[in-house]
Amino acid sequence: MGSFMASEWFRLIVGLVIVLAFSQLNALFLVWLERKVAGHIQLRIGPKEVGPFGLLQTIADGIKLVGKELITPRSADNKLFPVAPVLVFMPVLVGFLVLPFAPHLIIRDMNVGVLLIFAFSAFTVLAILAGGWSSNNKYALLGAIRSVAQNVAYEIPLLLAVLSVVLMVNSLQFSEIVKAQGRVWFVFVQPVAALIYLICATAETNRAPFDIPEAESELVAGFHTEFSGMRFGLFFLAEYTNMFIVSAVATSLFFGGWQGPFGFDLGIPGIVWFLAKTYVLIFVIMWVRWTFPRLRFDQLMNLSWKFMIPLSLANLIVTAIVLKLI
Amino acid sequence: MELRCRSHSQTRAEQVVGLKNVSQEGIFMNPLATDSLAQIAFWIVVGLTFGGASLAVFPRNILYNVLGLALALAGVAGLYLYLGSFFIALMQLLIYVGAITISIVFAIMLSRPLHLEVPRREVPKVAMAIAASLVFFLGAVGVCFKTSWVPAPDRSADWSVTAIGHMLLTRYDLVFEVISLVLLVAIIGAVVTAGFTRRLSS
Repeated sequence: MGSFMASEWFRLIVGLVIVLAFSQLNALFLVWLERKVAGHIQLRIGPKEVGPFGLLQTIADGIKLVGKELITPRSADNKLFPVAPVLVFMPVLVGFLVLPFAPHLIIRDMNVGVLLIFAFSAFTVLAILAGGWSSNNKYALLGAIRSVAQNVAYEIPLLLAVLSVVLMVNSLQFSEIVKAQGRVWFVFVQPVAALIYLICATAETNRAPFDIPEAESELVAGFHTEFSGMRFGLFFLAEYTNMFIVSAVATSLFFGGWQGPFGFDLGIPGIVWFLAKTYVLIFVIMWVRWTFPRLRFDQLMNLSWKFMIPLSLANLIVTAIVLKLI
Repeated sequence: MELRCRSHSQTRAEQVVGLKNVSQEGIFMNPLATDSLAQIAFWIVVGLTFGGASLAVFPRNILYNVLGLALALAGVAGLYLYLGSFFIALMQLLIYVGAITISIVFAIMLSRPLHLEVPRREVPKVAMAIAASLVFFLGAVGVCFKTSWVPAPDRSADWSVTAIGHMLLTRYDLVFEVISLVLLVAIIGAVVTAGFTRRLSS
């Protein structure tokens, strides 16, 4: 048994359990945080009845969701419809494999870690499309189509922004990228790339002001209109887990990962730095959501194709030239 | 950025899951067991590829076709993973599942509405499709048999991302250019198609 405890399989199983538990807990906390932030921004209090500060509200909501009937519309595609929520949630979990929480707290420090996260994000879009289309509902289909268009448009500047960081470090490995920011965080060296990354990440996670795939006021609830109970819950889980992952990637690419600012650690352990920065970024994303109105579809497309892509290309070229000259 | 092919002494399973420190004890750790696990993984990946490919061809529902194609391409990525090249596998996912499949989804949006009745399969079209794919299949099989295959570890010890990049821009730059030409044709085709539908509707 001793050898089993030390083996890769044991690591794999423990890692999986921790990741699953963490992603649920994270979603529970983020839903609560979102409602609190929204409340305070709109001069309300937010949830306060269940538990201290309403902290247990999401657990109550979760139990309610689990208890609800799973309704499948009569004209829905009965093969894809039940699978879609699972398909949305699965690729999101892969991201946890390579996130560098602390110097020794990486499940697998792959040399192509950055690629891994972005390669699997494509599956989420296909799953959203499958979900929206299989509902056989015009609002759901419109939401799904918008999601695909938006994803294609924002994936390009996102990858170009990440590429300029990769170019500087000369590695796709998260630990290398974080180590390279020991003195100065990349947000100070690559402010344009960081800004582009944050904007595109907000768009990739379908959050306001880029939430046209859901757009409550025009599309009911967008691609997940027809989903009920825990199927709907899975879409929500995926969204909040995704938000954590894009923020964590931003933390490690631009905000120094597990390190303190300018090489000062202040004796705080790496994981605390990492999670603190990640949750601050998540808070910023929420803050943006409750502050700005939704963009119109054509504005959204123009912003990406006519502004962000040229800007990120220019940033990449300037980075390459400067690196060559130094 | 080291993505070297591992030596022969490691079993396939170690290459697939990247297992280090495999001890000899326990059911999982037995080299024979890992080898058969690798076999199972291989056949699952092959099954995914073929299942996806048939989903891409046979159903009369264009969305099933696209998702089937995505599955088949992901299966091919699994094959690269099985061969020990994580980088190529991820690039396959990023480019084919991420970009190509999603652009096909765009093409579907430009095509006839999904709720209309699907037209019947026309025999000449099907025959032509089968003939075209047969020509390609026979060509690929012919090339496979004519090539004298040398295992990758014998040809070079360095299969890092850097080495692949150098080869793409020197030895194989014709292939690289042809691929970009294909993409250019695809983009022009998309612009022309979109332009036609716009003109017809306005």
